[in-house]
Amino acid sequence: MIGKIVSVFGNMVIAETDGTIVQNSIGYCCRNDGAKLLSEVIRIRGRMADLQVFEATRGLQIGDDVEFHEKMLSVTLGPGLLGNIYDGLQNPLVELAEECGFFLHPGMYLDGLNTKTQWDYTPAAEVGATVEAGDTLGTVPEGIFTHQIMAPFGLEGQWTVKSTATAGAYNVEKEIAVLTGPDGRELPVTMRQDWPVKVPLSVCRKRLMPSEPMITKVRIIDTMFPVVKGGTFCIPGPFGAGKTVLQQITARHAEIDIVVIAACGERAGEVVETLREFPELTDPRTGKPLMERTIIICNTSAMPVAAREASVYTGATLAEYYRQMGLNVLMLADSTSRWAQAMREVSGRLEEIPGEEAFPAYLESRIAGFYERAGAIELNDGRIGTLTLGGTVSPAGGNFEEPVTQGTLKVVGAFHGLSRARSDARRYPAIDPLDSWSKYTGIIETGKVEFIRDLLQRGSEIQQMMTVVGEEGTSTEDFTIGLKAEFFDNCYLQQNAFDEVDAATTAERQQFVFDKFLEVLKLEIEYEDKDEARKNILEVADLFRNWNFAASDSDEYKKLLNQIDEFIATKGRQS
Amino acid sequence: MRKYFDRITRIAGNVVTVTANGVGYDELAVVSGSAGTSLAQVIRLSGNQVSLQVFGGTQGVSTGDKIRFLGKPMQVPFSEDLMGRVFNGSGVPRDGRPVVQADPVDIGGPPVNPVKRRMPDQMIHTGIPMIDIFNSLVESQKLPIFSVAGEPYNELLARVGLQASADIIILGGMGLRHDDYLKFRNTFEEGGVLGRTIMFVHTAADPVVECLLVPDMCLAVAEQFALQGKQVLVLLSDMTAFSDALKEIAIIMEQIPSNRGYPGDLYSQLAKRYEKAVDFDGAGSLTLLSCVTMPGDDVTHPVPDNTGYITEGQFYLRNGRIEPFGSLSRLKQQVNGDTRDDHRAIMNACIQLYATCRETREKRDMGFEMSQWDEKLLRYGVMFESNIMDLGVNIPLFDALDRCWEILAECFEPKEIGVRNSIIEAHWPKELAEA
Repeated sequence: MIGKIVSVFGNMVIAETDGTIVQNSIGYCCRNDGAKLLSEVIRIRGRMADLQVFEATRGLQIGDDVEFHEKMLSVTLGPGLLGNIYDGLQNPLVELAEECGFFLHPGMYLDGLNTKTQWDYTPAAEVGATVEAGDTLGTVPEGIFTHQIMAPFGLEGQWTVKSTATAGAYNVEKEIAVLTGPDGRELPVTMRQDWPVKVPLSVCRKRLMPSEPMITKVRIIDTMFPVVKGGTFCIPGPFGAGKTVLQQITARHAEIDIVVIAACGERAGEVVETLREFPELTDPRTGKPLMERTIIICNTSAMPVAAREASVYTGATLAEYYRQMGLNVLMLADSTSRWAQAMREVSGRLEEIPGEEAFPAYLESRIAGFYERAGAIELNDGRIGTLTLGGTVSPAGGNFEEPVTQGTLKVVGAFHGLSRARSDARRYPAIDPLDSWSKYTGIIETGKVEFIRDLLQRGSEIQQMMTVVGEEGTSTEDFTIGLKAEFFDNCYLQQNAFDEVDAATTAERQQFVFDKFLEVLKLEIEYEDKDEARKNILEVADLFRNWNFAASDSDEYKKLLNQIDEFIATKGRQS
Repeated sequence: MRKYFDRITRIAGNVVTVTANGVGYDELAVVSGSAGTSLAQVIRLSGNQVSLQVFGGTQGVSTGDKIRFLGKPMQVPFSEDLMGRVFNGSGVPRDGRPVVQADPVDIGGPPVNPVKRRMPDQMIHTGIPMIDIFNSLVESQKLPIFSVAGEPYNELLARVGLQASADIIILGGMGLRHDDYLKFRNTFEEGGVLGRTIMFVHTAADPVVECLLVPDMCLAVAEQFALQGKQVLVLLSDMTAFSDALKEIAIIMEQIPSNRGYPGDLYSQLAKRYEKAVDFDGAGSLTLLSCVTMPGDDVTHPVPDNTGYITEGQFYLRNGRIEPFGSLSRLKQQVNGDTRDDHRAIMNACIQLYATCRETREKRDMGFEMSQWDEKLLRYGVMFESNIMDLGVNIPLFDALDRCWEILAECFEPKEIGVRNSIIEAHWPKELAEA
């Protein structure tokens, strides 16, 4: 169906049409030089459809055609997604560069899946079998995973397999089965299928309570503010506090099957770092390049703003697709503030009544809707798949009292708040141990974590007091508590991301080391004066710090462990 | 043959609305009438009502003026002949010399495909120790100077332009005072780089819409040179004036303001410009330095705040010096590992000692007694400020590192500075150590 443009303002186009228009369906604005610009219907008033254009609208004229389609903004799903770098609309950027050179080209859209690649297909469902949406019809190997070719997720009721392809090498467009519906209708199935990005993809028996910890190998997260597989977390922080570095570390070390990184409205340079480094890095679990378990969605700040809004949904849909295969998927969105700002821009152009800081009134429900796409699900065949969602937030002025941060805090399970004070003091990762929280249970018993929280809280109070009354005015007992808090902060919570060993600490090692810390912290030592206390604690701090840098079970590691044990046995008075 | 349209229905602020058809979004037009002619750009199409922002301002524009659409977006002629020339925001020469005849290129073109970017790894030497040693500038970096009005930020920008080893320097002046413009010009002339400098200058007295075009003009030209394999340095001053111009137009267009009157798309607008900084995989590079004046020295003001989220670090200019704290070059790690083996060690040691020195000064000011160690720190602070931090200091990186060693040796014992032994042995000044 065709409409005519009657208004253009920024990336908003209003088109007039006589036919039926579907809300959130896609349309193409046809520029007079032949380029067709992808757009999405976001409001309908009478015969007027408001569309947000996913490209620069330069050159569009009043009276230009708009082609309306019935389908909603969708991504294509199938083998070959892993290792790809897409823009927010699932255009493969590497292929696009081969096609168009240095610059992106408005109106240039490429297939998200390579149709030339041949996949070794093995049928799984037999002729005559009954299948439902999401059931496995066959498999192909994709990197280290067995990629399941599933019955279309939109199927309703029970279908019968009428025929299947034999095992062999096919591309994604080859018909691999024909299904017969309850009404006798026949449906040919290929290895690929489309799914609308804004509709959560979750074909399952039931949703489960997420409980298994997701190990990030970042000590402060795993120990103090854990995240679980299928859970949600957010990382708000001012600029320069290390949000992106923290996400990159998580993407690298997290014990998870697949990572989807959505670089949403952030610096291109940071994405380039990931693009160039990930193919070189090996996944410690598989020995294969990290890139083989990663999908990057890259809609940087200079790329069209409407596509930025779509990019987080694109990422979430791809992540959900792999969850349907019973895998553990982690999606990281950097940054959700840019996504919210994209909504604000669109809302402003629609002249909607603004909410706080001009964000639209539906901001919170959109944020909630996005995070609700995370979760652990029990698939129809009993397997379990999880999707963990983590988003960074870039609050204006570093002030957490703003709508995006507040809207996010209401719906996430863990809050890793980065603090300017900590990053200025080079205490990385700059997660504030007093303000942050997590509703999940991690790898350390709750009671032990509580003990540490109390210690840190007390330590911080003593520090503040000392800035007023000085060291002289503080009792040795309090002073010792302050030292102990500082010792734990310094040697356990802080982690050197650039050191090979210290950058990633396994769960077992964290548990072991944490208990050693507790042993030291719970030692009742009477100090005669502050100098003695300081000397004593600095000594053990030095041991622990070096211990962090020693590879597990190396000679250095054992040597330091002995020294620490000796310290505990003698209360540090051996020498 | 393009038609004239003369049914102007609204004139408000710098925006004129005319009844017309067959007009493309973003297209350029000429408004001509008794008050003269000016270029204008389509910023909204609504039925047959076309809104244009008039570059020359709407003063004197009458409802009887004629508007002719040019069927193309804003363009800038591009050739080697641009070098040494000065233009205003709409690309008209300000230096009294003839118009440059060359093939035009569109301004505000599409973004670079991220996979065609490479990881930057070339350091730009500026001769300013606070930059070279402590926050190295890297080719293709985008970096603002945050400062308050009254600080010598334009001088600093001009100096970096002068001393940086770039093939081409492009200066974009927005809301510049006329004397600032002349100062830039003189500095470049005296420095002998005017021949490879291109300036697009909007002074505070010029129409505000021209201010909006300056960054796009600069960056379009710069991008073309970079595609030819050149290393281009773009200097933009002052991006706060640019943002204020955006605010002005947004409000005239009745857009809902988000924060302190700035439009909701301020971040995207700034990012669109800053993200033009690039190191092309297989061509040249574009490095972008800008000035951002912070109203009331408030870094949470929307302009510096949004800028900080976009750029790769920032320099704080305070009291005529680049602040070592808060200033950050996010890309320095890419380059400072392979300049000289002591670079990182000096960078950390000097800053840590200076930080301790500041604490000591606070203690002194509160009347606490000064120990011998405190005296050493105080002495170090004074020397470090005058011999390294002072903006007048102009020495190459290696000399600056040597000077740091001399200062350290003058004030401290080797074991007091917290540097690895192997590096101290190699670099600690010998004659002083023996004395």
